[in-house]
Amino acid sequence: MASKIYQWLDERLGFDDLYKGLLDRPEPRGTWWNTLGSATLFLFTIQVLTGIFLLVYYTPSPDHAYDSIQYIMNGVAFGWLIRGIHHWSATLMVLLVFLHMLRVFFTASYKFPRELTWMIGVLLLLTTLGMGLTGYLLPWNQRSYFATTVATEIAGLVPWAGPFITRTMRGGNDLSALTLSRFFAAHVWLLPLTLAALIGVHLYLIIRHGESEYPTEED
Amino acid sequence: MGKSHEVSRRDFVKIVTGVAGTVIGAGITLPAVGYVLDPAIKSGGSGKENWIALGPLEKYPIGEPTPFNFTRTEINGWEKTFSTNGLFVLRKSDTEVEVLSNVCTHLGCRVAWHEDKGEFICPCHDGVFDKDGNVISGPPPRPLDNYEYKIEDGNLFVLFKEG
Ligand code: HEM
Ligand code: FES
Repeated sequence: MASKIYQWLDERLGFDDLYKGLLDRPEPRGTWWNTLGSATLFLFTIQVLTGIFLLVYYTPSPDHAYDSIQYIMNGVAFGWLIRGIHHWSATLMVLLVFLHMLRVFFTASYKFPRELTWMIGVLLLLTTLGMGLTGYLLPWNQRSYFATTVATEIAGLVPWAGPFITRTMRGGNDLSALTLSRFFAAHVWLLPLTLAALIGVHLYLIIRHGESEYPTEED
Repeated sequence: MGKSHEVSRRDFVKIVTGVAGTVIGAGITLPAVGYVLDPAIKSGGSGKENWIALGPLEKYPIGEPTPFNFTRTEINGWEKTFSTNGLFVLRKSDTEVEVLSNVCTHLGCRVAWHEDKGEFICPCHDGVFDKDGNVISGPPPRPLDNYEYKIEDGNLFVLFKEG
């Protein structure tokens, strides 16, 4: 019965062909180092899911951000767990993106025809760091407030355009409700959507070119 | 390899992956469900009751519904919520009163007393009640609710039940 239903669906949707084309690819020399990208993707999924759950209670306004997070931690069942996962998986995600990049570097996998995959990867790294930067402000506690003060101050060191960049990031001269709200918008919409789109292109290129061979002694 | 009742390496990996995936999935899904339902679960059946003092009975004229409002505060999440509740005191004689809730029995809007018509009228879907709270017309399915009350030393109290 189940296989009949599956066949009916497959005839119309073409699961099997999709599976063969996308996932059932040969791995030239599978090593655990080649799983770092997938591990990062997994963490991104975790971040999206736990992030959506945090949004059920989190409130992006200076009056309520801090209290709403206290409530998540102490008031709601399993709030500490959801936030804890979001927090630790964010940290791990940044770490994994770096390791993934290092492995691609050391196996020289960025060479022709994979230069674009690498360039997209650089954007993925920057966007992920952006997620960390914007997320850090959201609890609106002392640490996040000053971390953002410092980060936006550093951005101001860019020659000529610096002060304008700082004001753009802060939404004015000071950290304020405007800063919190634009960081929030970037953290839950702009950057995740950018990340998702970039991941899509990254994966398309990986499927198109297949996994690279590792260099041999002679190379 | 591959004897009929022996598990192949490939199947073993599939089974382990499936079991581990299910355990991890459930370990995340169940807390997540609890997390979302938490306020609904905690706010249910608190069953708190309070006697609200409405002041001396003489204050209320005989035969005319008189409105009385009181405010309750409750902590919802990280916020104090103020909710205003209203009722009508209809004094029938020196010792007998009827205390009607102003919450429409249709879908919860607040009814107002229209002295000229001698009716309670609900602004939402034109529910109309008479002086004693009985439905005259409109969608409300039952009369306005009565508050339990007591009179002590000539002072009126009503019993307010939370939730
Ligand atoms: C769609 C995806 C995401 C959503 C909807 C989301 C949402 C949120 C929300 C509401 C908060 C505030 C609560 C809190 O501070 O715990 C937060 C915090 C945070 N997020 Fe995300 N997030 C997402 C993805 C990510 C990603 C990909 C990263 C990093 C790589 C990240 C890093 C952080 C960090 C570092 C914090 C601060 C955690 C803390 O110190 O409390 N988030 N996020
Ligand atoms: S709520 Fe009063 S008539 Fe519908």
